[in-house]
Amino acid sequence: MELIVSLAIAVLTGCGVWLLLRPRTFQVIIGLALLSYAVNLFIFSMGRLKVGAAAVLEKGQIVDPQAFADPLPQALVLTAIVISFATTALFLVVLLASRGLTGNDHVDGRDHE
Amino acid sequence: MTSWTDHLIILPILLPLFVGAAMLLIDERYQQIKAFANLASIAIMGIIALLLMRAADLPTATGAAPIAVYRLGDWPAPFAIVLVADRLSALMLALTSLLAFASTIFATARWHRVGAHFHSLMQFLLMGLNGAFLTGDLFNLFVFFELLLAASYGLVLHGSGQARVRAGLQYIAINLTASVLFLIGVSLIYAVTGTLNMADLAIRITEVPAQDRALLEAGAAVLGVAFMVKAGMWPLCFWLPTTYAAAAAPVAAIFAIMSKVGIYILLRLSLLFFGAGSGASALFGSEWLIAAGIATILFGLIGALASQEISRLAGYAVLVSSGTVLAVAAASGKPAVTASALFYLVSSTLAIAAFFMLIELLERGRDPGADMLAVTREAYGEDMPDDPDAEEVGMVIPASMAILGWCFVGCAAVIAGLPPVSGFIAKFAMLTALLGEDTGSSISPLHWTLLALLMASGLTMLIAMTRAGIRTLWTPSERADPRVRLAEIVPIALLLLGCAAMTVQPQAAMTYMQGAANSLHAPAAYTDSVLAPVATRVKTGGGS
Repeated sequence: MELIVSLAIAVLTGCGVWLLLRPRTFQVIIGLALLSYAVNLFIFSMGRLKVGAAAVLEKGQIVDPQAFADPLPQALVLTAIVISFATTALFLVVLLASRGLTGNDHVDGRDHE
Repeated sequence: MTSWTDHLIILPILLPLFVGAAMLLIDERYQQIKAFANLASIAIMGIIALLLMRAADLPTATGAAPIAVYRLGDWPAPFAIVLVADRLSALMLALTSLLAFASTIFATARWHRVGAHFHSLMQFLLMGLNGAFLTGDLFNLFVFFELLLAASYGLVLHGSGQARVRAGLQYIAINLTASVLFLIGVSLIYAVTGTLNMADLAIRITEVPAQDRALLEAGAAVLGVAFMVKAGMWPLCFWLPTTYAAAAAPVAAIFAIMSKVGIYILLRLSLLFFGAGSGASALFGSEWLIAAGIATILFGLIGALASQEISRLAGYAVLVSSGTVLAVAAASGKPAVTASALFYLVSSTLAIAAFFMLIELLERGRDPGADMLAVTREAYGEDMPDDPDAEEVGMVIPASMAILGWCFVGCAAVIAGLPPVSGFIAKFAMLTALLGEDTGSSISPLHWTLLALLMASGLTMLIAMTRAGIRTLWTPSERADPRVRLAEIVPIALLLLGCAAMTVQPQAAMTYMQGAANSLHAPAAYTDSVLAPVATRVKTGGGS
């Protein structure tokens, strides 16, 4: 599982960085979206990878913490997802405004063709 | 422990949240009500900041400064969210509210009408800024950073127009990338230490085993890079002059504090996590901070000399100021040097904010084709007031150009550090503190470099500002004197008065900065107050 997760993070990051460096605004926004997926997976893996483990301890019982997943990264990922959705939506609006004002989709607003 | 003053710490976050949200419900036609609510809220924040400053400066029995800790929901610290107010965060709160007050007054003259929700966005920006200064754990720092950035995206685009949208697009892309780095850094640090509370981290970092240290330092470095993007460190600063030049004048003025948030966090975290007493990782990365600071000063100076537009010149002045604070503060393990860097931070931020607003007044009436205002009018068409000159029913100050000229001289003197103003005192304090650091007769090459650079930066900024001033103020032209309204000149005067107060009372200001620097360099007081268990806290603080 570790290999699959790390490969997924690597591929997403690689594609994200590549797209981020492209000259068209749409490629930049897709690149940022891919990067944020990669980072969310990365935050998850920082809390150690577990399959089928609950995140919340049961009340009044002394349990082995090894059997449970770390809840904090999950809370962090949730917040990060919400924030990245919001900022991506905002970025999309600016992208459309830029397209409307400049008449092309180049990141610096000039047509290089 | 339940007296009302204990709840003062959370008010700078809650107040702008509620005021900003309530203002969204008010129709855009009632701009005056919004402006009044905004100003009132900022004034209350300013008073709270002053109260916090005073509370943080009271001497305690042990001699250490009291550090106010606010536990949300009264959970013990490492497990829940805490807000922490010490001297430095209270000082930054006060500086933020002063800048916000000035730029909101400036905006009421004209700018708040060129786009929607200016006042709400300003309140949300303040919520993010105040939260970032007060928060005690890394993940909330991320949340508040995103909050202030989201509001700043709106403010950069305020007024719309092609130049602003283009600059805004790049600004948003760069900040989103920096936020990605921020998250990577935070999660690496969490993976190694298992906590995100800053005080808890400061203790756990000393206990990290040697084999995990590389991962921890990598995480801290990635986190540092994210803040450097925000502080405008070279080579991560190419966005800054363009964005600040494109933003509306009051927005650019409040943005003068935005780059300082990055500096504040870098200072706080590097001294808390990697201070002199933090074991194997002590002083980690400080040579990189010095190098980045020096490179930023050089880049800023070259940019200032090369800039054709006066607004870009101001953007490069922001870079020089960021670089100076960082290089000087990181170059030393002594509180005296940090204190002088803080003094410089406050004085230069005030002057640069005033300068941004002044530029708008100076540029007004110049070739309207190149003017941002013209771009705005074009883009907004009928939404704008038909003729800006028809709006000018307010008081027209006679000889406005002379007054603007004097304000320009004031800004230039503080930014370049000419005697006798506060910029000079700040530079002089930094030079003496750096020299006083070396014992014996030899001065280390690093300090020589910094000394030379500080002198050179003063001279270079003076040349650049004089050139811009001659070009703007002394060039004969056909145009009439710019029409300046009282609401536009008062905020500039207010900020310059702040500098003047620091000039007249440098002793009081310096004593406070010294206290702030002392507690930054002694993180034990910080960690003790945050992590104090509930039982002992009630016992010691029960008298209040």
